[in-house]
Amino acid sequence: MTAYFAILLTAILTGNFVLCKFLGICPFLGVSKKLNTALGMSAAVVFVMALATAVTYPINKFLLVKNDLEYLQTIVFILVIAALVQLVEIVLKKFMPPLYNALGIYLPLITTNCAVLGVVILNVDEGYNFAQSMFNSVGAGLGFMLAMVIFSGVRSRLESCDVPKFLQGLPIVLIAASIVSLSFMGFTGLVEGLLGL
Amino acid sequence: MAEKKVSLGKEFTKGLIKENPVLRLVLGTCPTLAVSTSVVNALGMGVSAMIVLICSNIVISLLRKVIPSKVRIPVYIVVIASFVTIVQMLVKAFVPALDAALGVYLPLIVVNCIILGRAEAFAGKHSVLASAVDGVGMGIGFTLALCCMAAIREVLGAGTFLAGAQDLLVLFGNNVLNGFNGFTLIKEGSALSPMTVFILAPGGFFTFGLLMACANRLAERSGKPKAELKGCEACPMAGSCSIRADGGACEDGKEEASA
Repeated sequence: MTAYFAILLTAILTGNFVLCKFLGICPFLGVSKKLNTALGMSAAVVFVMALATAVTYPINKFLLVKNDLEYLQTIVFILVIAALVQLVEIVLKKFMPPLYNALGIYLPLITTNCAVLGVVILNVDEGYNFAQSMFNSVGAGLGFMLAMVIFSGVRSRLESCDVPKFLQGLPIVLIAASIVSLSFMGFTGLVEGLLGL
Repeated sequence: MAEKKVSLGKEFTKGLIKENPVLRLVLGTCPTLAVSTSVVNALGMGVSAMIVLICSNIVISLLRKVIPSKVRIPVYIVVIASFVTIVQMLVKAFVPALDAALGVYLPLIVVNCIILGRAEAFAGKHSVLASAVDGVGMGIGFTLALCCMAAIREVLGAGTFLAGAQDLLVLFGNNVLNGFNGFTLIKEGSALSPMTVFILAPGGFFTFGLLMACANRLAERSGKPKAELKGCEACPMAGSCSIRADGGACEDGKEEASA
Protein backbone atom coordinates (compact mmCIF):
# COMPACT_ATOMS: atom_id res chain seq x y z
CA MET A 1 0.00 0.00 0.00
CA THR A 2 2.88 2.36 0.81
CA ALA A 3 4.10 1.99 -2.75
CA TYR A 4 0.72 3.13 -4.08
CA PHE A 5 0.71 6.17 -1.82
CA ALA A 6 4.23 6.96 -2.93
CA ILE A 7 3.05 6.97 -6.56
CA LEU A 8 0.07 9.14 -5.68
CA LEU A 9 2.06 11.68 -3.67
CA THR A 10 4.86 11.79 -6.21
CA ALA A 11 2.38 12.54 -8.98
CA ILE A 12 0.73 15.29 -6.95
CA LEU A 13 3.74 17.01 -5.39
CA THR A 14 7.29 16.14 -6.38
CA GLY A 15 6.52 15.09 -9.92
CA ASN A 16 3.73 17.59 -10.50
CA PHE A 17 2.70 17.38 -14.13
CA VAL A 18 2.43 21.10 -14.74
CA LEU A 19 5.17 22.53 -12.57
CA CYS A 20 7.81 19.82 -12.82
CA LYS A 21 7.09 17.95 -16.04
CA PHE A 22 5.71 20.81 -18.15
CA LEU A 23 2.68 18.87 -19.32
CA GLY A 24 -0.58 20.74 -19.80
CA ILE A 25 0.95 24.21 -19.84
CA CYS A 26 -1.63 25.59 -22.29
CA PRO A 27 -4.64 25.19 -19.96
CA PHE A 28 -2.43 26.12 -17.00
CA LEU A 29 -1.69 29.51 -18.54
CA GLY A 30 -4.94 29.86 -20.43
CA VAL A 31 -7.72 28.85 -18.08
CA SER A 32 -6.25 29.89 -14.73
CA LYS A 33 -7.55 33.45 -14.70
CA LYS A 34 -10.56 32.65 -12.55
CA LEU A 35 -10.88 30.14 -9.75
CA ASN A 36 -14.14 28.61 -10.97
CA THR A 37 -12.93 27.99 -14.54
CA ALA A 38 -9.67 26.61 -13.15
CA LEU A 39 -11.61 24.21 -10.92
CA GLY A 40 -13.97 23.13 -13.71
CA MET A 41 -11.13 22.49 -16.12
CA SER A 42 -9.09 20.49 -13.64
CA ALA A 43 -12.08 18.43 -12.52
CA ALA A 44 -12.64 17.50 -16.16
CA VAL A 45 -8.94 16.63 -16.50
CA VAL A 46 -9.00 14.34 -13.43
CA PHE A 47 -12.08 12.62 -14.82
CA VAL A 48 -10.71 12.13 -18.33
CA MET A 49 -7.26 11.05 -17.11
CA ALA A 50 -8.71 8.33 -14.90
CA LEU A 51 -11.08 7.18 -17.63
CA ALA A 52 -8.41 7.25 -20.35
CA THR A 53 -6.09 5.13 -18.21
CA ALA A 54 -8.83 2.66 -17.38
CA VAL A 55 -9.58 2.24 -21.08
CA THR A 56 -6.09 2.32 -22.58
CA TYR A 57 -4.53 -0.06 -20.07
CA PRO A 58 -6.48 -3.14 -21.23
CA ILE A 59 -6.19 -2.09 -24.87
CA ASN A 60 -2.43 -1.87 -24.53
CA LYS A 61 -2.06 -5.08 -22.54
CA PHE A 62 -4.46 -7.38 -24.35
CA LEU A 63 -4.37 -5.98 -27.87
CA LEU A 64 -1.12 -4.21 -28.60
CA VAL A 65 1.44 -6.04 -26.47
CA LYS A 66 -0.08 -9.43 -27.22
CA ASN A 67 0.16 -8.90 -30.97
CA ASP A 68 3.55 -7.13 -30.97
CA LEU A 69 1.97 -3.88 -32.04
CA GLU A 70 3.55 -1.61 -29.41
CA TYR A 71 4.73 0.75 -32.11
CA LEU A 72 1.08 1.74 -32.67
CA GLN A 73 0.74 3.01 -29.11
CA THR A 74 0.89 6.70 -29.96
CA ILE A 75 -1.78 6.50 -32.67
CA VAL A 76 -4.08 4.17 -30.75
CA PHE A 77 -3.85 6.14 -27.52
CA ILE A 78 -4.61 9.52 -29.06
CA LEU A 79 -7.53 8.08 -31.04
CA VAL A 80 -8.92 6.30 -28.01
CA ILE A 81 -8.67 9.49 -25.97
CA ALA A 82 -10.31 11.57 -28.70
CA ALA A 83 -13.15 9.09 -29.13
CA LEU A 84 -13.54 8.70 -25.39
CA VAL A 85 -13.86 12.43 -24.84
CA GLN A 86 -16.55 12.66 -27.51
CA LEU A 87 -18.39 9.72 -25.99
CA VAL A 88 -18.20 11.12 -22.49
CA GLU A 89 -19.56 14.40 -23.76
CA ILE A 90 -22.55 12.71 -25.39
CA VAL A 91 -23.26 10.47 -22.40
CA LEU A 92 -23.02 13.31 -19.91
CA LYS A 93 -25.25 15.53 -22.02
CA LYS A 94 -27.92 12.86 -22.19
CA PHE A 95 -27.85 11.34 -18.72
CA MET A 96 -26.16 13.78 -16.36
CA PRO A 97 -27.02 17.32 -17.41
CA PRO A 98 -25.81 18.98 -14.18
CA LEU A 99 -22.38 17.40 -14.53
CA TYR A 100 -22.38 18.24 -18.22
CA ASN A 101 -23.11 21.86 -17.45
CA ALA A 102 -20.20 21.93 -15.04
CA LEU A 103 -17.59 20.07 -17.10
CA GLY A 104 -18.97 19.93 -20.62
CA ILE A 105 -17.39 23.05 -22.03
CA TYR A 106 -13.93 21.91 -21.00
CA LEU A 107 -14.14 18.47 -22.54
CA PRO A 108 -13.37 19.31 -26.20
CA LEU A 109 -10.24 21.12 -25.08
CA ILE A 110 -8.92 18.07 -23.31
CA THR A 111 -8.51 15.93 -26.40
CA THR A 112 -5.39 17.82 -27.35
CA ASN A 113 -4.19 18.33 -23.80
CA CYS A 114 -0.74 16.80 -23.64
CA ALA A 115 -1.15 15.93 -19.96
CA VAL A 116 -3.76 13.26 -20.74
CA LEU A 117 -1.76 11.57 -23.50
CA GLY A 118 1.35 12.11 -21.39
CA VAL A 119 0.03 10.25 -18.35
CA VAL A 120 -1.10 7.31 -20.47
CA ILE A 121 2.28 7.03 -22.19
CA LEU A 122 4.17 7.47 -18.93
CA ASN A 123 2.17 4.65 -17.32
CA VAL A 124 3.30 2.35 -20.12
CA ASP A 125 6.90 3.57 -20.01
CA GLU A 126 7.09 3.04 -16.25
CA GLY A 127 5.66 -0.45 -16.59
CA TYR A 128 2.95 0.19 -14.01
CA ASN A 129 0.26 -2.43 -13.39
CA PHE A 130 -3.40 -1.47 -13.51
CA ALA A 131 -3.73 -0.24 -9.92
CA GLN A 132 -0.45 1.68 -10.10
CA SER A 133 -1.53 3.28 -13.38
CA MET A 134 -4.82 4.38 -11.86
CA PHE A 135 -3.09 5.86 -8.81
CA ASN A 136 -0.61 7.65 -11.03
CA SER A 137 -3.34 9.06 -13.27
CA VAL A 138 -5.56 10.25 -10.45
CA GLY A 139 -2.50 11.72 -8.73
CA ALA A 140 -1.46 13.50 -11.91
CA GLY A 141 -4.97 14.92 -12.27
CA LEU A 142 -5.07 16.06 -8.65
CA GLY A 143 -1.62 17.58 -9.06
CA PHE A 144 -2.90 19.47 -12.08
CA MET A 145 -5.84 20.69 -10.01
CA LEU A 146 -3.59 21.79 -7.16
CA ALA A 147 -1.35 23.73 -9.52
CA MET A 148 -4.32 25.35 -11.26
CA VAL A 149 -5.99 26.40 -8.00
CA ILE A 150 -2.80 27.81 -6.50
CA PHE A 151 -1.97 29.61 -9.69
CA SER A 152 -5.40 31.13 -10.14
CA GLY A 153 -4.95 32.61 -6.66
CA VAL A 154 -1.57 34.00 -7.64
CA ARG A 155 -2.99 35.46 -10.82
CA SER A 156 -5.85 37.19 -9.07
CA ARG A 157 -3.26 38.94 -6.87
CA LEU A 158 -1.18 39.72 -9.92
CA GLU A 159 -4.01 41.67 -11.47
CA SER A 160 -3.87 44.37 -8.83
CA CYS A 161 -0.08 44.68 -9.03
CA ASP A 162 1.84 47.47 -10.66
CA VAL A 163 3.88 45.49 -13.16
CA PRO A 164 6.71 47.10 -15.18
CA LYS A 165 5.46 47.86 -18.66
CA PHE A 166 7.66 45.43 -20.53
CA LEU A 167 6.63 42.54 -18.30
CA GLN A 168 2.90 43.13 -18.55
CA GLY A 169 0.78 40.29 -19.84
CA LEU A 170 2.26 36.90 -20.42
CA PRO A 171 5.87 37.50 -19.23
CA ILE A 172 4.89 38.29 -15.65
CA VAL A 173 2.51 35.32 -15.62
CA LEU A 174 5.38 33.05 -16.64
CA ILE A 175 7.66 34.53 -13.99
CA ALA A 176 4.92 33.99 -11.38
CA ALA A 177 4.66 30.40 -12.59
CA SER A 178 8.40 30.10 -12.14
CA ILE A 179 8.11 31.13 -8.50
CA VAL A 180 5.22 28.73 -7.86
CA SER A 181 7.29 26.00 -9.48
CA LEU A 182 10.24 26.94 -7.28
CA SER A 183 8.05 26.50 -4.21
CA PHE A 184 7.06 23.04 -5.42
CA MET A 185 10.75 22.11 -5.50
CA GLY A 186 10.59 22.39 -1.74
CA PHE A 187 8.73 19.09 -1.75
CA THR A 188 11.82 17.25 -3.02
CA GLY A 189 12.50 14.24 -0.86
CA LEU A 190 9.21 14.63 0.98
CA VAL A 191 7.63 11.43 -0.30
CA GLU A 192 10.63 9.29 0.62
CA GLY A 193 10.89 10.94 4.03
CA LEU A 194 7.20 10.69 4.79
CA LEU A 195 6.76 7.06 3.83
CA GLY A 196 10.20 5.93 4.93
CA LEU A 197 11.22 4.49 1.59
CA MET B 1 4.33 33.68 -61.47
CA ALA B 2 6.39 36.44 -59.95
CA GLU B 3 3.60 37.23 -57.53
CA LYS B 4 3.36 33.64 -56.44
CA LYS B 5 7.07 33.55 -55.62
CA VAL B 6 6.81 36.65 -53.46
CA SER B 7 4.00 35.15 -51.44
CA LEU B 8 5.91 31.89 -51.00
CA GLY B 9 8.83 33.83 -49.63
CA LYS B 10 6.46 35.55 -47.25
CA GLU B 11 4.99 32.25 -46.09
CA PHE B 12 8.50 31.11 -45.34
CA THR B 13 9.80 34.14 -43.49
CA LYS B 14 6.68 34.88 -41.47
CA GLY B 15 7.27 31.76 -39.34
CA LEU B 16 10.78 32.85 -38.43
CA ILE B 17 10.14 36.13 -36.67
CA LYS B 18 6.89 37.91 -37.43
CA GLU B 19 4.69 34.94 -36.58
CA ASN B 20 7.20 32.90 -34.64
CA PRO B 21 5.09 30.04 -33.29
CA VAL B 22 6.59 30.08 -29.82
CA LEU B 23 7.31 33.71 -29.05
CA ARG B 24 4.59 35.43 -31.08
CA LEU B 25 1.76 32.92 -31.40
CA VAL B 26 2.47 31.28 -28.01
CA LEU B 27 1.97 27.76 -29.31
CA GLY B 28 3.80 24.63 -28.28
CA THR B 29 4.75 25.91 -24.86
CA CYS B 30 5.01 22.46 -23.28
CA PRO B 31 7.87 21.10 -25.40
CA THR B 32 9.51 24.53 -25.40
CA LEU B 33 9.76 24.51 -21.63
CA ALA B 34 10.47 20.84 -21.25
CA VAL B 35 13.27 20.09 -23.70
CA SER B 36 15.14 23.39 -23.68
CA THR B 37 17.55 22.19 -20.99
CA SER B 38 20.33 21.76 -23.54
CA VAL B 39 20.89 23.05 -27.04
CA VAL B 40 21.37 19.55 -28.43
CA ASN B 41 18.01 18.38 -27.06
CA ALA B 42 16.36 21.53 -28.39
CA LEU B 43 17.83 20.96 -31.86
CA GLY B 44 16.71 17.34 -31.85
CA MET B 45 13.20 18.25 -30.75
CA GLY B 46 12.98 21.13 -33.22
CA VAL B 47 14.08 19.03 -36.17
CA SER B 48 11.78 16.13 -35.22
CA ALA B 49 8.80 18.46 -34.90
CA MET B 50 9.75 20.19 -38.15
CA ILE B 51 9.79 16.91 -40.07
CA VAL B 52 6.37 15.98 -38.68
CA LEU B 53 5.07 19.47 -39.43
CA ILE B 54 6.26 19.51 -43.05
CA CYS B 55 5.05 15.99 -43.82
CA SER B 56 1.66 16.41 -42.18
CA ASN B 57 1.19 19.81 -43.81
CA ILE B 58 1.87 18.28 -47.23
CA VAL B 59 -0.43 15.29 -46.73
CA ILE B 60 -3.25 17.33 -45.20
CA SER B 61 -3.01 19.87 -47.98
CA LEU B 62 -3.16 17.07 -50.57
CA LEU B 63 -6.24 15.64 -48.89
CA ARG B 64 -7.93 18.95 -48.13
CA LYS B 65 -10.63 18.48 -50.77
CA VAL B 66 -11.31 14.87 -49.78
CA ILE B 67 -11.65 15.28 -46.02
CA PRO B 68 -15.20 16.13 -44.95
CA SER B 69 -15.01 19.16 -42.73
CA LYS B 70 -16.98 17.53 -39.92
CA VAL B 71 -14.40 14.86 -39.23
CA ARG B 72 -11.33 16.86 -40.18
CA ILE B 73 -9.85 17.05 -36.68
CA PRO B 74 -9.73 13.26 -36.14
CA VAL B 75 -8.31 12.87 -39.66
CA TYR B 76 -5.62 15.46 -38.95
CA ILE B 77 -4.78 13.71 -35.70
CA VAL B 78 -4.37 10.35 -37.45
CA VAL B 79 -2.12 11.85 -40.12
CA ILE B 80 0.01 13.63 -37.53
CA ALA B 81 0.17 10.58 -35.25
CA SER B 82 1.37 8.43 -38.15
CA PHE B 83 4.23 10.78 -38.92
CA VAL B 84 5.10 11.07 -35.24
CA THR B 85 5.31 7.28 -35.04
CA ILE B 86 7.63 7.20 -38.05
CA VAL B 87 9.86 9.91 -36.59
CA GLN B 88 9.82 8.15 -33.23
CA MET B 89 11.02 4.90 -34.82
CA LEU B 90 13.73 6.69 -36.81
CA VAL B 91 15.00 8.51 -33.73
CA LYS B 92 14.97 5.30 -31.68
CA ALA B 93 16.96 3.52 -34.36
CA PHE B 94 19.49 6.16 -35.36
CA VAL B 95 19.81 8.63 -32.46
CA PRO B 96 19.14 6.56 -29.33
CA ALA B 97 20.68 9.19 -27.04
CA LEU B 98 18.13 11.74 -28.22
CA ASP B 99 15.31 9.27 -27.69
CA ALA B 100 16.45 8.79 -24.11
CA ALA B 101 16.78 12.54 -23.54
CA LEU B 102 13.41 13.52 -25.01
CA GLY B 103 11.55 10.57 -23.50
CA VAL B 104 7.81 11.10 -23.38
CA TYR B 105 8.02 14.43 -25.22
CA LEU B 106 8.81 12.70 -28.51
CA PRO B 107 5.44 10.91 -28.83
CA LEU B 108 3.82 14.03 -27.41
CA ILE B 109 4.61 15.87 -30.66
CA VAL B 110 1.18 14.50 -31.63
CA VAL B 111 -0.55 16.98 -29.36
CA ASN B 112 1.85 19.84 -30.07
CA CYS B 113 -0.56 22.63 -30.87
CA ILE B 114 1.79 24.11 -33.49
CA ILE B 115 1.26 21.13 -35.75
CA LEU B 116 -2.49 20.73 -35.33
CA GLY B 117 -2.84 24.50 -35.38
CA ARG B 118 -1.02 24.86 -38.69
CA ALA B 119 -3.00 21.97 -40.17
CA GLU B 120 -6.23 23.69 -39.21
CA ALA B 121 -5.24 27.28 -39.94
CA PHE B 122 -3.13 26.82 -43.04
CA ALA B 123 -2.64 23.40 -44.63
CA GLY B 124 -6.35 22.66 -44.77
CA LYS B 125 -6.93 25.76 -46.89
CA HIS B 126 -3.83 26.25 -49.03
CA SER B 127 -1.98 24.56 -51.89
CA VAL B 128 0.58 21.85 -51.31
CA LEU B 129 3.60 24.00 -52.10
CA ALA B 130 2.49 26.86 -49.87
CA SER B 131 1.72 24.43 -47.05
CA ALA B 132 5.12 22.78 -47.32
CA VAL B 133 6.84 26.18 -47.26
CA ASP B 134 4.71 27.22 -44.31
CA GLY B 135 5.77 24.01 -42.54
CA VAL B 136 9.46 24.69 -43.19
CA GLY B 137 9.17 28.28 -41.98
CA MET B 138 7.20 27.45 -38.85
CA GLY B 139 9.48 24.49 -38.13
CA ILE B 140 12.61 26.63 -38.37
CA GLY B 141 10.95 29.31 -36.25
CA PHE B 142 10.12 26.71 -33.59
CA THR B 143 13.66 25.32 -33.65
CA LEU B 144 15.16 28.81 -33.45
CA ALA B 145 13.08 29.79 -30.44
CA LEU B 146 13.85 26.48 -28.73
CA CYS B 147 17.59 26.81 -29.34
CA CYS B 148 17.57 30.42 -28.20
CA MET B 149 16.01 29.43 -24.91
CA ALA B 150 18.14 26.31 -24.56
CA ALA B 151 21.34 28.31 -25.11
CA ILE B 152 20.50 30.60 -22.20
CA ARG B 153 19.47 27.75 -19.93
CA GLU B 154 22.38 25.48 -20.78
CA VAL B 155 25.08 28.14 -20.40
CA LEU B 156 23.70 29.48 -17.12
CA GLY B 157 22.42 26.23 -15.69
CA ALA B 158 25.05 23.69 -16.66
CA GLY B 159 28.00 25.80 -17.73
CA THR B 160 28.26 24.02 -21.06
CA PHE B 161 27.26 24.78 -24.64
CA LEU B 162 26.30 22.17 -27.22
CA ALA B 163 27.24 19.39 -24.80
CA GLY B 164 26.52 15.99 -26.29
CA ALA B 165 26.73 17.22 -29.89
CA GLN B 166 28.44 13.98 -30.81
CA ASP B 167 25.42 11.94 -29.67
CA LEU B 168 23.21 13.75 -32.13
CA LEU B 169 25.43 12.84 -35.07
CA VAL B 170 26.17 9.28 -34.01
CA LEU B 171 24.49 8.16 -37.22
CA PHE B 172 27.41 9.47 -39.26
CA GLY B 173 30.08 7.69 -37.26
CA ASN B 174 31.66 8.00 -33.87
CA ASN B 175 34.19 10.67 -34.64
CA VAL B 176 32.44 12.89 -37.13
CA LEU B 177 33.18 16.05 -35.11
CA ASN B 178 36.84 15.16 -34.49
CA GLY B 179 36.26 14.53 -30.82
CA PHE B 180 34.39 17.81 -30.32
CA ASN B 181 31.56 17.26 -27.89
CA GLY B 182 30.50 20.74 -26.84
CA PHE B 183 32.23 23.55 -24.98
CA THR B 184 32.71 23.44 -21.24
CA LEU B 185 32.46 27.01 -20.06
CA ILE B 186 32.61 26.33 -16.34
CA LYS B 187 35.21 23.70 -15.60
CA GLU B 188 34.66 21.32 -12.74
CA GLY B 189 36.42 22.42 -9.57
CA SER B 190 36.64 26.06 -10.61
CA ALA B 191 35.52 28.81 -8.27
CA LEU B 192 32.35 29.36 -10.31
CA SER B 193 29.53 26.91 -10.22
CA PRO B 194 26.59 26.88 -12.63
CA MET B 195 23.12 28.01 -11.48
CA THR B 196 21.48 24.63 -11.60
CA VAL B 197 18.04 26.13 -11.12
CA PHE B 198 18.11 27.27 -14.74
CA ILE B 199 17.97 23.74 -16.09
CA LEU B 200 15.26 22.83 -13.58
CA ALA B 201 11.58 23.62 -14.00
CA PRO B 202 11.51 27.13 -12.43
CA GLY B 203 14.36 28.29 -14.66
CA GLY B 204 12.37 27.18 -17.69
CA PHE B 205 9.38 29.35 -16.80
CA PHE B 206 11.65 32.25 -15.87
CA THR B 207 13.72 32.18 -19.07
CA PHE B 208 10.58 31.86 -21.17
CA GLY B 209 9.02 34.83 -19.39
CA LEU B 210 12.05 37.02 -19.99
CA LEU B 211 12.39 35.94 -23.63
CA MET B 212 8.72 36.74 -24.13
CA ALA B 213 9.28 40.16 -22.59
CA CYS B 214 12.18 40.80 -25.01
CA ALA B 215 10.07 39.64 -27.96
CA ASN B 216 7.25 41.95 -26.87
CA ARG B 217 9.64 44.87 -26.52
CA LEU B 218 11.04 44.31 -30.00
CA ALA B 219 7.56 43.91 -31.45
CA GLU B 220 6.41 47.08 -29.77
CA ARG B 221 9.34 48.98 -31.20
CA SER B 222 8.34 47.95 -34.70
CA GLY B 223 4.76 48.89 -33.95
CA LYS B 224 3.23 45.44 -33.66
CA PRO B 225 0.88 44.28 -30.93
CA LYS B 226 2.51 42.19 -28.24
CA ALA B 227 2.06 38.47 -27.97
CA GLU B 228 -0.90 37.43 -25.91
CA LEU B 229 -1.94 33.95 -25.14
CA LYS B 230 -3.75 33.18 -28.36
CA GLY B 231 -3.76 29.46 -27.86
CA CYS B 232 -7.47 29.30 -28.52
CA GLU B 233 -7.26 31.10 -31.81
CA ALA B 234 -4.98 28.53 -33.33
CA CYS B 235 -6.57 25.79 -31.29
CA PRO B 236 -8.56 23.52 -33.56
CA MET B 237 -11.19 23.17 -30.89
CA ALA B 238 -11.95 26.89 -30.91
CA GLY B 239 -15.23 26.41 -32.73
CA SER B 240 -16.73 24.08 -30.18
CA CYS B 241 -15.18 25.74 -27.16
CA SER B 242 -17.16 28.10 -25.00
CA ILE B 243 -14.45 29.06 -22.53
CA ARG B 244 -13.78 32.20 -24.51
CA ALA B 245 -17.33 33.34 -23.82
CA ASP B 246 -16.74 32.54 -20.20
CA GLY B 247 -14.06 35.20 -19.94
CA GLY B 248 -11.32 32.63 -19.56
CA ALA B 249 -8.24 33.11 -21.60
CA CYS B 250 -9.22 33.89 -25.08
CA GLU B 251 -9.62 37.18 -26.76
CA ASP B 252 -12.03 37.23 -29.61
CA GLY B 253 -10.49 35.16 -32.37
CA LYS B 254 -9.17 37.26 -35.17
CA GLU B 255 -9.07 35.65 -38.54
CA GLU B 256 -5.86 34.15 -39.78
CA ALA B 257 -4.43 37.01 -41.77
CA SER B 258 -2.61 34.99 -44.38
CA ALA B 259 -4.40 34.68 -47.67
